[in-house]
Amino acid sequence: MAFFDGFYLNFIKDNRWKYIVNGLGVTLRVTLFAVLIGIAIGFVVAIIRSTYEKTGKLIILNFLANIYLTVIRGTPVVVQLLIIYFVIFGSVRIDKVFVAIVAFGINSGAYVAEIIRSGIMSIDPGQMEAGRSLGFNYIQTMWHIIIPQAFKNVLPALGNEFIVLLKETSVAGYIALEDLTKGADIIRSQTYSPFIPLLSVAAIYLGIVMLLSFLLKKLERRLRSSER
Amino acid sequence: MSDNNEKQLLISVDNLSKHFDDLHALNGVSIDIYKGDVIFVVGPSGSGKSTFLRCLNRLEEPTGGTILFEGIDITDKKTDINKHRQKMGMVFQQFNLFPHMTVLKNLTLGPIKLQGKSKAEAEEEAMKLLERVGLADRAKAYPNQLSGGQKQRIAIVRALCMKPDVMLFDEPTSALDPEMVGEVLEVMRELAKENMTMVVVTHEIAFAKEIANRVIFMADGFIEEEGPAAEFFDNPKSERLKQFLAKVL
Repeated sequence: MAFFDGFYLNFIKDNRWKYIVNGLGVTLRVTLFAVLIGIAIGFVVAIIRSTYEKTGKLIILNFLANIYLTVIRGTPVVVQLLIIYFVIFGSVRIDKVFVAIVAFGINSGAYVAEIIRSGIMSIDPGQMEAGRSLGFNYIQTMWHIIIPQAFKNVLPALGNEFIVLLKETSVAGYIALEDLTKGADIIRSQTYSPFIPLLSVAAIYLGIVMLLSFLLKKLERRLRSSER
Repeated sequence: MSDNNEKQLLISVDNLSKHFDDLHALNGVSIDIYKGDVIFVVGPSGSGKSTFLRCLNRLEEPTGGTILFEGIDITDKKTDINKHRQKMGMVFQQFNLFPHMTVLKNLTLGPIKLQGKSKAEAEEEAMKLLERVGLADRAKAYPNQLSGGQKQRIAIVRALCMKPDVMLFDEPTSALDPEMVGEVLEVMRELAKENMTMVVVTHEIAFAKEIANRVIFMADGFIEEEGPAAEFFDNPKSERLKQFLAKVL
């Protein structure tokens, strides 16, 4: 009976389940949009860096990209989140979900960039030559020929990065954003029973991660069809 | 073959050079290539023959000299090289098919994206060419499902789908198992018969003897000797060519 009492106290009483549901919504929204920003930044930075490595062009952009990568990968994501919230947006009232999306997106972009860059560099230079010899320009060859192959090669690493990102958003509580983790923590502080809310939230994260892993495996298998 | 009364100049190479840092791969190569020419470029490895071929469509950026293609200086930085490359088909030693696309998509990507053809039109033309090289049944296959000889035949068709005015072959049979060389040479033989202008870098000396109308012998980044195929092989003049032929024939 103790379990049912605990369940009632932590989830049913005072509609506390809403902390979990709303928190989950926030976590998913932040993760989704941060992933999109991360991919966008990652692609651009990866193309700049690999273009520089292959042709020696884009020196200045490559320099800026290197600064971005060094700073973002060299500092903790929590610190970046706090700086963006309290320093950069310190003097304006701003939606915390938006701040979290920006912070995690910029953070993820640095890791995605390096993953995609390694994918681009792994493609045989003959592919670029074949594309160029047909009359495609550099960007067109990248887009139609190099990036699809690079993407396929790095899909497992990319999927892993997104799983990491989903879990990393749990530090959003540092700017008092009520995400999934923060929701559980609020319940804990009200009921003084840590066990059920925290383990429930852990189970929810685990469930989402397992689902994502499953979907990624399926996608990978589909993209592999050309290697049958 | 092209010894007709009127020869139409297609490519005019003047004093072409290419330096890789200290290495001088090309040291002033000049040659006129006419419509319908089947030119074979032979020579010891390191003689600059591949570099010469790759400079023709600027896959390798020449250090000096000019290349006029259909009357336009394509070594000029202001020339849109991408436009002219569409008219210069290239076949690589390593095939370089796009492994993430079916054969048919490999063939139609250029015509659709660069020449604005409809998918149906591009596929119809591609299928016709595939049929001619006997690979129509492989249209839906992926490159990794093909043999080396099939890959190279597809690569030739991919270049042909752009309707080029000249075909450049960079050692097209060097990466093939011996039993697959014949099928690729057969396709090239057909092309030569149809009066396609071809520049071929190869080690297949016997084949050069058979279908070339002109042969170039390169050494140390120069054209050491050049002439009609029959004369070239039966009556070589330069000492180096004699030595070379003695080794390979």
